[in-house]
Amino acid sequence: MQALYAQLLVGLINGSFYALLSLGLAVIFGMLNIINFAHGALYMMGAFVAYFLLNLGGINYWWALLLAPIIVGIFGMILERTMLQWLTGLDHLYGLLLTFGIALIVQGVFQNYFGSSGLPYAIPDELKGGMNLGFMFLPIYRGWVVVFSLVVCLATWFLIEKTRLGAYLRAATENPTLVRAFGVNVPRMITLTYGLGVGLAALAGVLSAPINQVRPLMGADLIIVVFAVVVIGGMGSIMGSIITGFALGVIEGLTKYFYPEASNTVVFVLMVLVLLVKPTGLTGRAA
Amino acid sequence: MKTKSIASLLLTTALTFAAAGVASAQDKTVKIGALSDQSGLYADLGGPGSTLAAQMAVEDSGLAAKGWKIDIISGDHQNKPDIGTAIARQWFDVDKVDIIVDVPNSGVALAVNNVIKEKNGVYINSGAATSDLSNAQCSPNTVHWTYDTYMLAHTTGQALVKAGGDSWFFLTADYAFGAALERDTTAVVTANGGKVIGGVKHPLNTPDFSSFLLQAQSSKAKIIGLANAGGDTTNTIKQAAEFGIGRGGQKLAALLLFLTDVKAIGLETAQGLNFTETFYWDMNDQTRAFSKRFAEKMKNNAPPTMVQAGVYAGVRHYLKALDALGGNPHDGVKVVEKMKSMPTEDDLFGKGEIQPNGRTIHNAYLFEVKKPSESKGPWDFYKLVGTVPGDQAFTPLSESKCALLKK
Repeated sequence: MQALYAQLLVGLINGSFYALLSLGLAVIFGMLNIINFAHGALYMMGAFVAYFLLNLGGINYWWALLLAPIIVGIFGMILERTMLQWLTGLDHLYGLLLTFGIALIVQGVFQNYFGSSGLPYAIPDELKGGMNLGFMFLPIYRGWVVVFSLVVCLATWFLIEKTRLGAYLRAATENPTLVRAFGVNVPRMITLTYGLGVGLAALAGVLSAPINQVRPLMGADLIIVVFAVVVIGGMGSIMGSIITGFALGVIEGLTKYFYPEASNTVVFVLMVLVLLVKPTGLTGRAA
Repeated sequence: MKTKSIASLLLTTALTFAAAGVASAQDKTVKIGALSDQSGLYADLGGPGSTLAAQMAVEDSGLAAKGWKIDIISGDHQNKPDIGTAIARQWFDVDKVDIIVDVPNSGVALAVNNVIKEKNGVYINSGAATSDLSNAQCSPNTVHWTYDTYMLAHTTGQALVKAGGDSWFFLTADYAFGAALERDTTAVVTANGGKVIGGVKHPLNTPDFSSFLLQAQSSKAKIIGLANAGGDTTNTIKQAAEFGIGRGGQKLAALLLFLTDVKAIGLETAQGLNFTETFYWDMNDQTRAFSKRFAEKMKNNAPPTMVQAGVYAGVRHYLKALDALGGNPHDGVKVVEKMKSMPTEDDLFGKGEIQPNGRTIHNAYLFEVKKPSESKGPWDFYKLVGTVPGDQAFTPLSESKCALLKK
């Protein structure tokens, strides 16, 4: 039983990454109608930016949590301005192919210069060590990841669903022409939204840098699972993607305990089941 | 009736000419295929570095000056057996490749082994670990150069059991390599009076090991044996430190660790780990000289791993055999027989031999990862702890199940 508690907690930790990443995807899909396949590469860039900040600029983890999302977010906004914006109104497939191509190029460039084994990034001193919970030894850093990402997820949900800015955003996706008529600069808002989604990916990258190796393929390994999370939660649903992210982390954690061989397929089995029963995802509305 | 006999006459003539063509095909051209994981989790320990090693072997052989024409092509098997065999078939059928080298990932390596036997090519495997390549699945076309799971088990594994680590829990990569390494290490543990109290099989390329590490932790085994490699091993070691596994009195056994893995983990976390390799760049003047030349040509100036060193040494020996034959007969079995008849000797692995089952025998070295304070350069990682002579490190012929030995 104790082992089970431990697995639940570990699942929650992995779930935080799924939630942060799928949230970014959901925001981008909901507002821009783009299936952002470059998300994994941008997550990886977040981790690399943190590594560079530390090793070239001597800038520590805490500043990286703030700076890396901004830097990668700006990179994302440049992508949106120069390439993605021309895809408005076209079939989803074009956005998917373009962002997939961008992901391959970015990963290839990083792999060319840094190899595939990755670079070490240490846990910040303030979060080193762990505590004994009785049923498991919880590294403080892991606890921090869960709490921090939960706060970020809820803040993003609040921003989009409960504030005036969020209301503009949602209105702009419904009817851009009308919102424009009210004097709102819609293209700029779309660019900033993409920047926000990308920033969330980069933030997840910084959070994961001390746990995983900072590797060029770290995002590629994760992105497919995250897409499954978004599909299960319902494309474009903010709360749906947060809850599904955490829930699937837990389910995957339990699979690792009961039948480890299936741990990297269980998410996809669930996806198939959900799509069979409810093709719009758990919280999605019919288009 | 008449047309039929003419047809058969023509056919016979054609066959005769074809046979004559094969017999007189000894020439001085060679095509080498370096098949590896070029972009995935094993790319740094083999990959482009292995292709470079093969190129350097060709240059150092001096055969070009004797009128030989030697080409090298490379391919990416992406750690998938189907892709690996498809490339191998294309190389033999279309590109007329004579020899395939490297091939890390035991799953791919065993699949490619069958293709090469069928096509009568030469196979010098350096990257894969499974001891089956020179044991149950040995082939007259195959030489397994650098290391194998039997050797890893009988060096690192045995040393740990003898030092008091008598209960084991395995974290095993769920494919041919992990299974072979766990099997061979389990045999050593039980033979030395220890026991295996549990284990878990994880999928290849797992980003998060915390679940598995918790299971290992609660098993209370003294040794947590890592029967995995590359990115999987580095992630496990890093996350084990996070979960305080060392402090609880449990010890990690990195059964297979490469130079590039230590670099990726960082000395701070990796220090004190014991493991075995058959080559390290900083062993003596010859290895240092070669590694310097190699690193200058590598993109990130990395010295060679033991896999890349094995590709170099293997290709050198292959070319020596061809030189001794006076030409390339394009007959894999014949060339490998010649290779086995000649003792191996090169700057990287020293003196050795290739056994009848295809296993290359040379010394194995027990290393310990240095403390950050002891390291004097960007790749100064290892302290030599002990040397195991080749005849004790690798499978004795009396234990080998290789069919080639039953003649």
